[in-house]
Amino acid sequence: MNSSGVLRLSLLERTKKLFVSENWFGFSLVMPALIAVFIIVFLPFVDSLWLSFQRHDLTRPQNDAFIGLGNYINLLGDDRYLGSLRASAVFSLVSVVFEVVLGVGIALVLNRKFIGQGFVRGLMILPWAMPAVVNAAMWKWIYNADYGALNALMTQLGILDEYQVWLANPVAAMALLILANVWKETPFTTILVLAALQGIPDTLYEAARVDGASAWHQFLYITFPLILPVVMVTMLLQTIWGFHHPFELAYIITGGGPYSSTELIPLRIYAQTFRSLRFGYGAAVAYLTSLLLLIPAIFYIRTAYKKIVEY
Amino acid sequence: MPAWLRKLPLYLLVVAVVIWIVAPFLWLIISSLSYKVDLLSIPLQWIPRRITMENYQELFLYQGSFNVNAALFTSSIINSMVIASVATFIAMILGVLAAYALARVKFRGSDAYMVIMMGAQMIPPIAIVIPLYVVLRKLNLYDTYLGIVLVYQSFILPLVIWLMRSYFATIPAELEEAARIDGCTRLQALVRIVLPLSGPGLVSVLIFAFIASWNEYLYAFIYSSVTAKTLPVLIGEFSTKLGLEYLRIASAGVIASLPPIILALIFQKYLIKGLTAGAIKG
Repeated sequence: MNSSGVLRLSLLERTKKLFVSENWFGFSLVMPALIAVFIIVFLPFVDSLWLSFQRHDLTRPQNDAFIGLGNYINLLGDDRYLGSLRASAVFSLVSVVFEVVLGVGIALVLNRKFIGQGFVRGLMILPWAMPAVVNAAMWKWIYNADYGALNALMTQLGILDEYQVWLANPVAAMALLILANVWKETPFTTILVLAALQGIPDTLYEAARVDGASAWHQFLYITFPLILPVVMVTMLLQTIWGFHHPFELAYIITGGGPYSSTELIPLRIYAQTFRSLRFGYGAAVAYLTSLLLLIPAIFYIRTAYKKIVEY
Repeated sequence: MPAWLRKLPLYLLVVAVVIWIVAPFLWLIISSLSYKVDLLSIPLQWIPRRITMENYQELFLYQGSFNVNAALFTSSIINSMVIASVATFIAMILGVLAAYALARVKFRGSDAYMVIMMGAQMIPPIAIVIPLYVVLRKLNLYDTYLGIVLVYQSFILPLVIWLMRSYFATIPAELEEAARIDGCTRLQALVRIVLPLSGPGLVSVLIFAFIASWNEYLYAFIYSSVTAKTLPVLIGEFSTKLGLEYLRIASAGVIASLPPIILALIFQKYLIKGLTAGAIKG
């Protein structure tokens, strides 16, 4: 009896010690979130991989089978897929170029002293906060062939003689899709670059001026290197987002047309899965594209992770 | 050269920036307040001579009386409100606890958990949409608040953790240590010392999470049909199906944009701090 009492006490003490120990405490705080993310993100992601090795067509369930890399091999010869991959690459990369050039340019302007500076900086948050679907509907209305503001503006300025059906032209449709995307995403770059600019001490510029450096040289040798890390992070993120997120933009403005010229990857996956009901093939499209984006994703996580460690 | 002349190019650039940012949204607002006949005239009048609330009234009351479409619009606003609020609330509770541990507690594997959370954000939503669809169908959670709230955790939870973690890191650890010497447990130190000091951080993360869920389209589009349909999904339907009803789309768009834009403008200082700390999108 005595010995069991001692045992019980030591067990209690050990549990108590375990409870207050850092390992247990930290783990138990992270656990609920970790379980949630595992169930909602990682499990489906793995499931999706499994699905991508199957032939799983809801319209022809009798043909369902494990086909290994069959879907992937078919994808490499699938012109619709390769076309949408190209469309996504053009959309994403051209968007990023404009987002960075405009974003940095606007940040440099807003970093100067002028009356109403706070107000104008505050405005930058407007496109960022707007729902993407409203952004899409807004630009679709502007691009409207019969009554759109774009046609009205260009004819009134004398650039165009008559109204154009913009979204019927593959090149124009892609360009206008990119314009709508750039309008919404540029403020993100501006806000980040502006913060980085404000972190640069004035003394650096004063010293450069004493040495007789021109404005261009000051930008090239002081400003540019110091905002470069931030610019790199936004470029990586926005390249990845350009592939992952423009579903509603393309779905609403162009619907993927004309002639599939703006059928971005998320649209292709949606069409394969929920229109053709080819779940296995749709999963393979999603997976192959995610794999292609793995490299920028890893780069992003590494850069951002380094930032954490340096904290 | 006088000072104002030297400043002139700067002001011209500022005006260009303001026009670029404001013009498209302003046009949406003007359209939503216009009569159809005025907007469809060629050449287009940029500043309307008369305005109307007709388009807004039509959203809520169709031809003067309440009908199915109007009921759907009202219920989609309520759905969006409920879903965004509950999703944000759950993510805040789970996320704040995890973020505190990742920022403050030195425990085995904490770095790995951080990378897992960041990795979760790099997975394209469309890649998990299919299996989640199958699961939601099986659990009878398709087209329910609960189903969408749960799915929303996939992007809000990592967002909350990532942002709160960098906020907690800015609060001096000495304060907690002092509290613990006075006999507080770690959990008490978090609740009594750290959280009250984190007010601005909590508010900004709350707003981020709310805006992100309010604006979400893809999941709501695929996982809802009637009862849980959110405002963005309804607007998407308007603009792909309604054809010529541009003005109704414009006014619905303005209504959907108001909550996130007003919140963002009120809390912009906090949000900008959060954006720069986390380098992450809402």
